[in-house]
Amino acid sequence: MKFSSLILANLLRKKLRTALTIGSFAVALFLFGLLIVFQGAFSANADIAGTDRLVIQNKTSLIQPLPLSYRDRLLRIPGITQVTHDNWFGGVYQDKKNFFAQFAVDVDNQRQMYPEFVISDDQWKAFAGDREGAIAGAGLAKRFGWKIGDRIPIQGTIVPGAWEFNIHGIYTGKRPEDDTSQFWFHWDMFEERVPAEVKGLVGWYVVRIDNPDHGAEVARTIDQEFSNSPYETKTETEKAFATGFAKQMGNIEFLIMAIGSIVFFTLLLVTGNTMAIAVRERVGELAVLKALGYSDRFVLLMVLEESLVVALIGGGLGILLAKLFTMGGDPTHGFLPRFYLPLTGITAGIAAAIAVGIIAGLLPAISAMRLRVVDALRRV
Amino acid sequence: MVRVDGSGNGASLVSVRGLDKKYQRGGEEIHVLQGLNLDVDKGDFVAFMGPSGSGKTTLLNLLGGLDVPSAGTISVAGDEITHMAGRKLTTWRARHVGFVFQMYNLIPVLTAYQNVELPLLLTKLSSAERKEHVETALHVVGLADRMDHYPRQLSGGQEQRVAIARAIVSDPTFLLCDEPTGDLDRRSADEIMALIGRLVNEFKKTVLMVTHDPAVAQRAQITLHLEKGVLVEGAKGGRSA
Repeated sequence: MKFSSLILANLLRKKLRTALTIGSFAVALFLFGLLIVFQGAFSANADIAGTDRLVIQNKTSLIQPLPLSYRDRLLRIPGITQVTHDNWFGGVYQDKKNFFAQFAVDVDNQRQMYPEFVISDDQWKAFAGDREGAIAGAGLAKRFGWKIGDRIPIQGTIVPGAWEFNIHGIYTGKRPEDDTSQFWFHWDMFEERVPAEVKGLVGWYVVRIDNPDHGAEVARTIDQEFSNSPYETKTETEKAFATGFAKQMGNIEFLIMAIGSIVFFTLLLVTGNTMAIAVRERVGELAVLKALGYSDRFVLLMVLEESLVVALIGGGLGILLAKLFTMGGDPTHGFLPRFYLPLTGITAGIAAAIAVGIIAGLLPAISAMRLRVVDALRRV
Repeated sequence: MVRVDGSGNGASLVSVRGLDKKYQRGGEEIHVLQGLNLDVDKGDFVAFMGPSGSGKTTLLNLLGGLDVPSAGTISVAGDEITHMAGRKLTTWRARHVGFVFQMYNLIPVLTAYQNVELPLLLTKLSSAERKEHVETALHVVGLADRMDHYPRQLSGGQEQRVAIARAIVSDPTFLLCDEPTGDLDRRSADEIMALIGRLVNEFKKTVLMVTHDPAVAQRAQITLHLEKGVLVEGAKGGRSA
């Protein structure tokens, strides 16, 4: 602590330079924080996917349906303990900008299939008892100010027409990363209003298996069961399904890694150069310190500490800004339901800032350590 | 008593025997010091003179443990520093040597107080004890009322007085002054030399000083000239002897 005034004085020697370096760290770590948030948002469903759930879609594409009759055949396959099905609705609430995911769900099985979504028995009972009933996620309800009892008008797009739903329940997630932006309503009601040629079809199935280790085997059995039929299937784990869905938008993870690496490499060059200049400017002072009895190791650590302090202040500031930015929630209003900076992201950001601070300060610190007093004093 | 013939009995505060220093410059070997002997007792005030390049500063650096000799030995208060290296030599320097440089070499971003405190940060003294020492040192050099000033707010003479306070604050075994008045006007130089004289006479400090200025050298008890790599005795100092 007694040397802190020396380190602080050195940092305040060129206030603008220190402020700009701290600013570089802050901008880089802010960007890093956002990249972590986006990476998390895009891979959210894959990260939190149930390990004992398989998703079955039409082999041609996700938008092609599957027959409702598959439900009973699926239940007969060894290893499958439960089946549910969903349809994508794609309706518009008030304005096209108000996007959120709406699903026509199998009321009898939805709640058991997704225990991570928590809703009270009373609310679920009220929902199940009203064919126009609906359940909204807590995030979605908060976004539009919905409450239980509200009647929600939605304009159908895939199935045209004016639809109205009564909110009977609001679900929450067991984990902070659980998606609470969904809207569920009765598949039976959906089935009633679809054109005759698409009746008896569902969007996709989700099945629960008794042993996650047998996932690949069960998936193979399912696809064999429906091979050579008009509706061949493609079965994969929920995680693989979610990952594939995210990859439709491109290799987000690679992009994020590439951008992050470039940002940190640039930051390393900027900070390393700044520290090198800072050391070169005070060669004489460092020599005097050594003459007074300060060890080579002390000088090395002092330069490293200066670099670290800049990194920690700037990095901390950047991460804090990123956290504040994401606290406002999903800026896309529905496309990125899990839009938050997790503790692991904060820790990774601070660790990255420390690493850059140390690496950037290392070479200047070593040159300061190796400085010969006699040579340095001659230059003064 | 100062001797340059190697006749000291080993009881001197500073004892130098057969000191050699060679440099390589552009493939050429320069033999700066050649078998130099020196004995300095506690309380002595010695001035080293000689033409540029004669090795005065080199000798001071060797005595202060900032450089290593090519051959020979240097003992200070019984410690042979020529056998020390690294951390041990650094620690020895902190305990035994007070440096005063021609260009003052204060840290510009620290106040006078903080500059003087620097050597004490390496000790185990408490903050209160350090404060007492720093204030005493600044009082001795007559700058107790300038302790919160930065070097840029002080005159050259005042800066050098702060540097002297920094050199004496840890009560080192001896002071090494390299052209302490070289960057000062005559009046400031006189003040600095009066201060160094006071440190010798009043506080019994041992001072070894390099200077180009015969008037400054006159203040020392004895002036030694560096000629062809060895020391030869010059005139006794006028005021201090």
